[in-house]
Amino acid sequence: NPLAGLVSHLQESWLSGKTRPMEYRVAQLEALGRFLDDKKQQILDATASDLGKAPLETELSEILLCKNKLRETLNNLSRWMKDEKVDRTLAMQLDSAFIRKDPYGVVLIIAPWNYPVQLFLVPLIGAIAAGNCVIVKPSEVSKKTERLMAEALPSYLDEDCFAVVTGGVQETTRLLENKFDYIFFTGIPPVGRIVMTAAATHLTPVTLELGGKNPCYVSDTCDVTNVARRVVWGRFFNAGQTCIAPDYLLCTLEMQEKLIPALQKAINDFYGPNPRESPDFGRIVSDKQFQRVQRLLGSGRVAIGGQTDEAERYIAPTVLVDVQPSDPIMQEEVFGPILPIVIIANVDEAIDFINSRERPLAVYAFSSDDKVVNQVLERTSSGGFCGNDTLMHVTLPSLPFGGIGNSGLGTHHGKFSFDTFSHPRGCLKRWMGRESLNAPRYPPYSQRKFGLVQATSKETHKSDRTLL
Amino acid sequence: MEKVQQIVGRARAAFRSGRSRPLEFRIQQLKALQKMVQEREKEIMRALKADLNKTGPNAFTQEILGVLGELALTMEKLPSWAAPQHVKKDLLTLRDEAFINYEPLGVVLVIGAWNYPFVLVMQPLIGAIAAGNAVVVKPSEVSENTARLVAELLPQYLDKDLYAVVTGGVPETTELLTQRFDHILYTGNSAVGKIVMAAAAKHLTPVTLELGGKSPCYIDKDCDLAVACRRITWGKYMNCGQTCIAPDYILCDPSIQSKVVENIKATLEEFYGEDVKSSPDYERIVNQRHFKRILGLLEGQKIALGGETDEASCFIAPTILPDVSPESKVMQEEIFGPVLPIVTVKSVEEAIEFINLREKPLALYVFSNNKQLIRRVIAETSSGGMTANDVIMHSVLPELPFGGVGHSGMGAYHGRHSFQTFSHHRACLVKDLRWDVVNRVRYPPGSEEIMQL
Repeated sequence: NPLAGLVSHLQESWLSGKTRPMEYRVAQLEALGRFLDDKKQQILDATASDLGKAPLETELSEILLCKNKLRETLNNLSRWMKDEKVDRTLAMQLDSAFIRKDPYGVVLIIAPWNYPVQLFLVPLIGAIAAGNCVIVKPSEVSKKTERLMAEALPSYLDEDCFAVVTGGVQETTRLLENKFDYIFFTGIPPVGRIVMTAAATHLTPVTLELGGKNPCYVSDTCDVTNVARRVVWGRFFNAGQTCIAPDYLLCTLEMQEKLIPALQKAINDFYGPNPRESPDFGRIVSDKQFQRVQRLLGSGRVAIGGQTDEAERYIAPTVLVDVQPSDPIMQEEVFGPILPIVIIANVDEAIDFINSRERPLAVYAFSSDDKVVNQVLERTSSGGFCGNDTLMHVTLPSLPFGGIGNSGLGTHHGKFSFDTFSHPRGCLKRWMGRESLNAPRYPPYSQRKFGLVQATSKETHKSDRTLL
Repeated sequence: MEKVQQIVGRARAAFRSGRSRPLEFRIQQLKALQKMVQEREKEIMRALKADLNKTGPNAFTQEILGVLGELALTMEKLPSWAAPQHVKKDLLTLRDEAFINYEPLGVVLVIGAWNYPFVLVMQPLIGAIAAGNAVVVKPSEVSENTARLVAELLPQYLDKDLYAVVTGGVPETTELLTQRFDHILYTGNSAVGKIVMAAAAKHLTPVTLELGGKSPCYIDKDCDLAVACRRITWGKYMNCGQTCIAPDYILCDPSIQSKVVENIKATLEEFYGEDVKSSPDYERIVNQRHFKRILGLLEGQKIALGGETDEASCFIAPTILPDVSPESKVMQEEIFGPVLPIVTVKSVEEAIEFINLREKPLALYVFSNNKQLIRRVIAETSSGGMTANDVIMHSVLPELPFGGVGHSGMGAYHGRHSFQTFSHHRACLVKDLRWDVVNRVRYPPGSEEIMQL
């Protein structure tokens, strides 16, 4: 077990208690802020190299987003750390009852390659804020970012309590043999299963941020131009490599006829007539992923785009029509710049289609008619839901971000991150006096006393009918 | 016994029909449960007596009262718990609707334990129904009378397809765990907890594991020993020590050890009389296997009090073991019996270190008049939950989440925490389809001016 030494060192640091005080956590978080400022150019270069990310995209979705999370965390940390007082029963009015947010201990975060900075730092911010020691394993697929994190980040943080571990499948498997107090994993469902199975051997709780095929229903009553722009933005951001991207579109044949030109126009507006030359359009992260996504172009018929360049790992923003539910592109998460359109007759058929498949990370519904949007919301199940837009529900820190079923378990973002990495400990402080009040609970239980218990249990407030 | 697969399939089809979702339906089912508990109280108490030798008052206070309280609380609060929670918006979403929708997960599996066999299936069941799920209940086969009764009663009062009971032992449970559920709540030991989580991992099913461990009880020199020992005696020997949050062992200064023993002895006489065996209020060990197991823990130990046993009736007298060594057998596993080891420590620091070197327990107890000391023990240790200056009671307050951490479990329930555990918290944002002007900022092509913005 090559990492046993590192893990046990962090466990010792955890037991020493040094990560618990607020001042310590604040100092580490502020150091993360300095990392983001000092290394901004290196981050832009690394993500450009790994994913062809446009500077604007990286600024927004990787750097600015992390800085906002940091600021939000620093502003709220003392409030989040406070004991949460709870309502007491009549019998406990003089006691102190509260929920204490305890750190778990040594946390493992496994980050993916598609937003290699955000999906590394945001969970790390939450874990540090909650008072844990942390090991982070960045993805080996986003190579330059992995190297940046492994080389530059550790010097900003307390190396007794925080470490970056690199490696591929083998190293991760060995890493998972160790006992952690919490594991936070972002990636695909099959690996999520492996992580949870490994966690089970140590009874380690987990949060799994997985994925799936996020359906996007477009009703016949809608502003086609706006729909097209919002869908194009969400689908082709990061060249489609976004877990919450709209994966496929459901609409009627009539709507499809109107949508295609609108989608084409939006793509032109955003990326110009030749997206390959646009600095704002990304690339596929690796040859393996490129080949996988390229194969999906064989489904249905290309209505927009379809061009590829293997050397650059470029796939044009593409829309496919005549797609059948049984086509390859409908069997796996696309995770690339291809939008298949599946024809349905009406909203009921769309809802049935969605419900016959695994529950996705997000469901999208577009309609000028509120009732239609609400119907889709009420009658489907997904990690999150956004009506009349894409991606935006995850930008609001007061909303929890997470999946359900195959798309994941647990949540994070904002306070939910802090809560995810904290054990909510129920605490009751009683005093030694008033022992006579405890008399009814002690044996011997004569019939008379039993009658008293039953009588008082009926008289007190309904919700106080628990053991005295 | 119908095939497990068919039962689960029927529950899933019933869930898909959508009828468990309306609040009125859920409340109607909870009312039916309430009726069941009230009408069939005597049969429930008879089953508990047969399984654990629990007397009427014990059964009533330990199990039935708690269930009725949870039902009343849940029916009263359900509308507020289930209402969508509107959240704080930011500049970009000011004109939108942003809320958390609480939705059922689907089909929930509840696996009960034998020590409080009624409440440990009923309380999770109540929460799962309240959250709008279909539920499959698997009571422990060790408490066979209660299991049989639950299997008979539930279909008489609840929707038969949505809420099903599966009885049986290891083979049936194993079969059940191959099925796909949307949440599993398991109460039991850590070894089986691992098996349950591994099975759940195959389907990416979230789990709540209510396990156990050795719950330490630190008695400070500065405290009212008589009161402390009274409370500890109550919590330790109730249900013959077979309580997941019973104080498992005591940590105290050697100078007060004999006083602790004296006080507990006096309290025991008060509670159970001079002849414990003939007290109607003292329970028995659930079966021969556990009886032998606990007996084994006494080997080689000095006995300060008790130690009498009777195999035929699975009777073990309330027992105290002084000067116990941390390496001894009785300190290696959860006792789950009426045996109380005392391990001496010279200071609260030593106690804290002792506790932290071991697996995180389900409960932690500290008795002291010194508020600073109590605050310190809480701050420097970790446990599922804790009570200061009493035992057990933190589990009685529905507002406190009840659950373990580390080896003692994951997740929590009771009261609103049950509702939250059995619901999916779905993030919802509903925007207007007009007003795309605001969105222009985020669309490519990117430019320096936009970056400045």
